[in-house]
Formats: sequence, C-alpha cells, structure tokens
Amino acid sequence: MLEYEFMRTAFAASVFVALLAGPVGWFLVLRGQAFAGHALSHIAFAGAAGAVLAGFSPLLGLFGASVIAGGAMGAIEGRASAQRDVAIGLVLSLALGFGVLFLHLMTRSASLANALLFGNVLGVSPSMLVSLGVFAVGGVALLAVMSRPLLFASLQPELAEARGVKLRLLSMLFLMLVGAATAECAQITGVLLVFALMVGPGAVAHRLGLSPLAGLVGSAVFALVEAWGGLVLSWWTDAPVSFWIALLGAVAYVLSGVRIGRGFPASACLAAGRESWDKPERQQASTRGTDNDARNAVACGWSGSAGGYDGNAGSGAESSRRRGG
Amino acid sequence: MTDTPAIACEGVTLERDGRTVLADVSLTIPQGCFVGLFGANGSGKTTFLRALLGLLPPTQGRITVMGQPPAQAACHVGYMPQVRTPAGASLTGYDLLGSDIRGDRWGLPWLRASDRAAIKEALEAVDATVFAARRLGELSGGERQRLLIAQALIGNPRLLLLDEPLASLDPVRMRDVAERIGTIARARGMTVICSAHDLNALTGVMDSVLYVARGHARLGPVDEVVTSASLSALYGAPVEVCRSPSGRILVAADGL
Repeated sequence: MLEYEFMRTAFAASVFVALLAGPVGWFLVLRGQAFAGHALSHIAFAGAAGAVLAGFSPLLGLFGASVIAGGAMGAIEGRASAQRDVAIGLVLSLALGFGVLFLHLMTRSASLANALLFGNVLGVSPSMLVSLGVFAVGGVALLAVMSRPLLFASLQPELAEARGVKLRLLSMLFLMLVGAATAECAQITGVLLVFALMVGPGAVAHRLGLSPLAGLVGSAVFALVEAWGGLVLSWWTDAPVSFWIALLGAVAYVLSGVRIGRGFPASACLAAGRESWDKPERQQASTRGTDNDARNAVACGWSGSAGGYDGNAGSGAESSRRRGG
Repeated sequence: MTDTPAIACEGVTLERDGRTVLADVSLTIPQGCFVGLFGANGSGKTTFLRALLGLLPPTQGRITVMGQPPAQAACHVGYMPQVRTPAGASLTGYDLLGSDIRGDRWGLPWLRASDRAAIKEALEAVDATVFAARRLGELSGGERQRLLIAQALIGNPRLLLLDEPLASLDPVRMRDVAERIGTIARARGMTVICSAHDLNALTGVMDSVLYVARGHARLGPVDEVVTSASLSALYGAPVEVCRSPSGRILVAADGL
C-alpha cells in the first residue's frame, strides 16, 4: 500500500496528528476538560464550513475557529463545572447549528460535509501535509515548554497560584493548543470522531498508571498506533479509516483496564514497575493497587466523579469488600 | 536573622469581593512560633493565609513575611491549600510531589536525583512513603492529607501555612497529624500557621492562637485569648469557654 503517494501522505499526516493530539489529550483527561475538547471540534466544523462559504480553504477555518474558540474558553475558565458544562454544551450546539446553515447555503455541501464530519485522510495533499507538520511541531514545542507549570496547575491550582504560576494564561494557551490538535485530528477522523484520537489515547495512558512524562510520550505512541492501525485496517477491509480508529480507541480503552491473571490488571503491573527508587514499598503498592482498579479507571477518566475521598477509615474496609465480591 | 518577625501586619485591611474580611489588624508573629488559626467558616482564615502568600494585596496597611513583601518571600513559604477534590486520580503521590518541584518554571516535568531525594525526605517526615507509590484515587482522605503536608514541606520552608490540614480526619488521626506537624516544626525551627476548627486538636502543639471574627483578630497565648471575656469581646456576643479537668476546652455561645 505504500507504493501509492496518497497512502504515504496519509501515514505521514498521522504522525504529525498523533504527536500533538496524544499529549494534549493526556492533559485534557487530567484536567477533566474532555468535554471542552469535544465542543472545540464542533466549533471547528462551523469554522471550516464558514471558511469554504466565504471562499477560503477549510483548513484555515478549522484552525482559525478552534484556536480562537479555545483561547476564549480558557479566558472565561474558573466557573463551577456544572455551569461550565451547560455553557459549553450550548456553544457546541450553536456552532453545529451554524455549520449546518453554512452547508445549506453552499451548493457542493454533501461531499464537503462528509469530509469535515468523518474525515478524509486519504485526501490530504502535500501542501496540507506541510501545514499539519508546522502546526504539530509548533504545538508540541509549546506543550513541552509549558508542560511543567501546566502539570502543577492541573494538580494543585491553589498552590501553583501561590507560587506565581499564571493560571489563566496557562489555561488559555492550553485550550488554544487543544484547538490546534482538534483541527489536526479532524483531518484524519473528521470533527465528530476527534474524541477517539485525541482523548482516547490519553485516557488509556492514565488507566495504565503511567507517570506524567511516560504518559505524555505513551499517549502520543498510542495515538500513532491507532491512526496507523486505522489506515492499515482500512486498506485491507475497505471500511472507513475513521471507523477503525474509533473501534481501536474503544478497544484500547477497555483493554487498558482488563485484569490479567488472578485479578491483576495490566495497569498495576506497569505502575509497580515504574518506581525504581523505592523498592520495598513498590511491592505493597502493586498488590494493594489491584482492588480498586475499576473505580480508579472511572475516576481517572472523569476526574469529576472521583469524589468521596473524605472517609479515611472506610477505604480499607471497602477494598476488602471489593476483593471478596 | 531570628530577630526579624516571621510575619508582621501593620493596620492591615483585607477585602474580598468588595466585602471587608479583616479591618485594621496589627500583629507580629515571631519566628519559630506555632500559631493555631481559628474562627467560624467565612471569618477570613483562608483570606488571611492568601494575603500572607501575596495572592491578595491588602487594601490598607502593610504585611511583611520574613521582613520582605509577601510575594518576594514566597520562596520561603510552604503552603497546604484547603483542597477537597484534587485532580490526577491516576497519578501517584510521587507524581503529585514531583509536580511541585520547579512547577513555576517553564519546561518538561523532569526530576533530578536531588529532586527525588527532596521528595523522599518530605515523604519520610510525614511517614507517607508507604503509600506514595499508590494512585491518588485509591488513597483515603487522611493519606492524601499527609501527602499534601509532605508537599508543603518540600524545600524546607521557613514558614508553613496550613489551611485546615486536619479537616475530615477522625479524632485519633487528627491528633497524630497535629503532633507530627508540631514535631517537624520544632525540629526545623519553622514558623507554622495552621488553621483548624477544633482547638483541642492543637493544644499542646501550638504556642499561640489567632482568633478571627467579625473583621477583628486577636493573637496571644491560649490561656489569654480563649477565655469567656476575651472571646465575647471579639465576637460581640456572649461566649462561654469551659475547661474540663483534663484540660479540654469547649467554646459555646448563647443563642448562636
């Protein structure tokens, strides 16, 4: 399949997309902003449709709309999460509504709509590949520079603020990066399936219990495997690339929580292996870590649901109850 | 150097959302002093701590920390914020403490050997090494709180600001954590301001109490501040302070 230029371009485009989308997704999951990422993809759709209607390239609309919207979202950050979700949801549907309107006003809407919504990685031209590469390399460089304060601010916002970290600036920069990653992903999966390639790999890295640096690298690798896997499977089966990516994403997410052997999840073995500077405790950590894997998996995917830490006495009892049942 | 007070407030007024939280407060806390910070919910305990960190500039008056303006003294200050639902359930205690190291500088979250040593030392100080490799989502409330105290201890700060470190702990663990903090502070000559709800959890550990109510603050030894007369004056309402034979203190207010 590599004798065809469009396939080589598609494989190369996947590298750029995975490089940026994976690590950005890892932070999205950590910060509990997966929904914001999903909303940005819909805004990107409206931007692309609007750009085509106005006579520009859809790629310009994709990047422009999602990066600007990301910056705006970061600027209004800090409200209660329930209120925020409603606001994001409303903006999301508004954007999709405008996208539909723009498509309606265009004559050649059917094929464009299909490409925007579900992706057309086989249609990536060499010039588009250059733009994807520029955004990916720039985005990864920015993320690398801001990853330490962003990690600190995500885990402990009050403490970070006390140490002089500019929370709002970080939040804006990060969501602009999410916008860029969304626009990149949309080239491969289409706006509707950005979640699979951006959030899926990051969530897998969290479920496996990787440390921050390993998680960032790991999520880029998982994203690349998903994207290339999707291309190869699509070549063999003739089913759309986006379908395979979505399927691979879901399978990887499920597998990352599966227990191997006698109740040992893959994640516990990995987590146990990574702290080489604390051997005695490590053993204990790995065996105790197995009990709550299911609960933890949910908690790490959606950090909002990780409540109920308050009762310290109840935890041990709960663990043993889970083990029994 | 030890002559410089750890904290000096001169006529400090603090406002939050247009509301005056503390009005014209003057107080001096010497170095090496363990201060228990008390007051009702919303009385301004957290606001006061934030002002000491330089996050909230006073509308009037002057605050100095270690003889410097708060923002410049921040490198000498360890802070444990009042957190209820921290993110990062899939990460470990090592990751949590590691995120703090040079967390205010740009770059990759890379740890040097010396950083790891600092993390280990802070974990050992609060006996948290045993569970530091477990995921945060699996830890109990008390275990998390010990990790957060360890985090505040990284870098051996000279001033430790702890916002409700004993909240949601059972009485035995509460006492255990309080004594642990007290021992570490004494051994390292640290100044500690520790906000709490229960006076008894900190008796014997703290040198002074700082009571805040209705915009006023009163600092002094427990026996002077926690009396019926003193607290009644502070609250502007009759407050009764009872002491049990074992030394336990009960603060009760009529009609409240």
